[in-house]
Amino acid sequence: MSEPLLKVTGLRKHFTVRKGLARQASVVKAVDGLDFTLERGKTLGLVGESGCGKSTTGKLLMRLLEPTAGSIALDGRDVASLRKDELQSFRRRVQMVFQNPASSLNPRMTVGSAIAAPLAAQKITPPEGVKKRVQSLMDRVGLRPEHANRFPHEFSGGQRQRIGIARALALEPDVVICDEPVSALDVSVQAQVVNLLKDIQDELGISYIFIAHDLAVVRHMADDVAVMYLGKIMEHGSRDQIFGDPQHPYTRSLLSAVPSVELGAGSKDRIRLQGDLPSPANPPSGCVFRTRCPAYALLPEEKRLLCRDEIPTGSVACHHPDAPLLEIPAAATTLV
Amino acid sequence: MTSFLSVKDLHVEFPTDDGLVSAVNGMDLSLERGETVGLVGESGSGKSVTTQAIMGLFKDSKARVSGTIDFEGTDLISLSENRMREYRGKKIGMIFQDPLSAMHPFYTVGEQIAEAYRVHNQVSKKAAKEVAVDMLGRVGIPAARSRADSYPHEFSGGMRQRAMIAMALVCEPELLIADEPTTALDVTVQAQILDLISGLQQETNSAVIFVTHDLGVVAELCQRVVVMYGGQCVEQAPVRTIFREPGHPYTRGLMASMPALSDETGRLKPIPGSPPALLDLPKGCLFAERCEVAKLLPEGLCREERPLLRIHGDHEVRCHAHERGLLAVGGPSAAGNMKGESADV
Ligand SMILES: Nc1ncnc2c1ncn2[C@@H]1O[C@H](COP(=O)(O)OP(=O)(O)OP(=O)(O)O)[C@@H](O)[C@H]1O
Ligand SMILES: Nc1ncnc2c1ncn2[C@@H]1O[C@H](COP(=O)(O)OP(=O)(O)OP(=O)(O)O)[C@@H](O)[C@H]1O
Ligand SMILES: [Mg+2]
Ligand SMILES: [Mg+2]
Repeated sequence: MSEPLLKVTGLRKHFTVRKGLARQASVVKAVDGLDFTLERGKTLGLVGESGCGKSTTGKLLMRLLEPTAGSIALDGRDVASLRKDELQSFRRRVQMVFQNPASSLNPRMTVGSAIAAPLAAQKITPPEGVKKRVQSLMDRVGLRPEHANRFPHEFSGGQRQRIGIARALALEPDVVICDEPVSALDVSVQAQVVNLLKDIQDELGISYIFIAHDLAVVRHMADDVAVMYLGKIMEHGSRDQIFGDPQHPYTRSLLSAVPSVELGAGSKDRIRLQGDLPSPANPPSGCVFRTRCPAYALLPEEKRLLCRDEIPTGSVACHHPDAPLLEIPAAATTLV
Repeated sequence: MTSFLSVKDLHVEFPTDDGLVSAVNGMDLSLERGETVGLVGESGSGKSVTTQAIMGLFKDSKARVSGTIDFEGTDLISLSENRMREYRGKKIGMIFQDPLSAMHPFYTVGEQIAEAYRVHNQVSKKAAKEVAVDMLGRVGIPAARSRADSYPHEFSGGMRQRAMIAMALVCEPELLIADEPTTALDVTVQAQILDLISGLQQETNSAVIFVTHDLGVVAELCQRVVVMYGGQCVEQAPVRTIFREPGHPYTRGLMASMPALSDETGRLKPIPGSPPALLDLPKGCLFAERCEVAKLLPEGLCREERPLLRIHGDHEVRCHAHERGLLAVGGPSAAGNMKGESADV
């Protein structure tokens, strides 16, 4: 078997934050031991609750952050030890669509120049071809030619998001980390962009890390899915397995919380997670999900003990994957 | 009787080097106390600009705003920037689509929420800080007391969005405008936020305009839906009607392009074509260029004549074909992902 395009081993990122008048330090374990691989031309979906470390993972892969521990290899080559010339090519091969498109665009640069900038810097496209290439990229993400002369603040939220996508695709990279790339788009434009990402994948064999909280979109895009909780992967499997036969109680609760357009479906038959998400500065010992786990609540005492041990590694990080889940009526858990 | 909020024939135009961009072109919208209206529509259709105009954010800019925005009997368009400031925050609160731009990078999240509270409430800094911590907890920030001392860049995307929500809700506005407040949130936190917003709304009998592209959220939270296209309202109706019998061809297309969790993974079906050029608006129906149904109508009608918003009971539709009864109820694409459930909403 050939080498995976991207191989991540034991990846960790801990932030030290200082707070209060005394500036006491505490450590936020944003990413806490990730292992996964990404094959050429494939898409890995990364899902999980807000703050579980998805964007941090993306930024680590982009080398925008230095890992606290662990390694990232592209084509078998550890990216931490790249020489300067290799770094230049790494910067072309790995691109990111940022979660916050507004902050990743220079406010004083027209959008046309922003998309052209990486093309010019990498000198792959001849200068006279750049303008044409920019126009064709803008067209493919559904922006109009006259938009090239405008500044980022003159766009709608969804238009800015598409500018970010056009820019990431400009250099025909090998890997694109898409951090919530379609979250600000209405369903029709979203469908257009999802189709575009898939077409480009077919044409160029690009691989995607696809971060999204919209599980229906992930199901459309991803070949494999990793479900994260507090910086760790809870369950990792093929799309069909994760959506068709989820094992981990966390995956099962996530899937049941999706709002539905089926009128009358209401919120009654959803499993809502109880309690607060623990702080990543002070995660529970043993299984990190245990404090909110809808299966733990029903487990007999002797089985609970096991949950205090480190979670098993493998595709399902759970001691009791097939335990029944406690169903909590929505009203009982509302916050107010 | 006049409504709590009534927007009539609102126009917003931006002068640019290439000409005038007509972002909002005769928008109508009304709202009662205690009501939640979902504002949906294509990216770039003018949802944010409409809500920003209601907040009076174009007062000192080069944008041209006309029409009426009547809020409890006061025309907000004619108010000066100074007078408008009395309305922002306390009477009309807004959750912005882009949380980073609405937060100051050099103050902690807790300080900013506390300040927002202190603008309209005479309390000590310390008491305001307590309110801020409590609110951060209610929007689901874990370890709220210590995270209140973080700066916005130390928050994840969804946490920032929740801080923004906390900042708007802490003032208990009479009218809350939420512009895509849950886009960066996963489903569990989203459910929590939706519960929080509707809980506060019932407590204070406030009105909510909820801008979103998530039709699932609309179905769950809103009583009424307003669909925008090209800076106009093209359809509005109670939630049930919109999902069961969408009237406007654009609304039908929107329903059909939705990916469903239970669906197979085939190709999604976007509405073909692109939105109208806002620099040079077509004379007729703004959707005509992309419309399947326009063909069925007398030569050129849709391209030549802008349809009016026609009222059929509680359902309003801006479409020549609909007006002539040429659209079958529950039309072709409406069946797409909808399961015709009979339960009440
Ligand atoms: N620069 C930083 N300093 C301190 N803490 C940080 C920093 N960046 C991120 N964090 C923390 O790390 C955790 C993970 O953040 P991350 O942005 O990766 O989450 P996420 O999964 O992308 O969430 P979301 O879905 O909300 O975008 C959060 O608790 C966040 O507050
Ligand atoms: N300051 C500005 N100058 C010029 N054009 C603008 C300006 N602000 C907005 N526009 C244009 O006005 C139109 C409406 O923008 P608006 O932000 O209201 O869209 P939206 O419906 O909120 O879309 P989205 O769902 O993508 O957020 C867009 O085509 C946008 O490019
Ligand atoms: Mg993120
Ligand atoms: Mg918007």
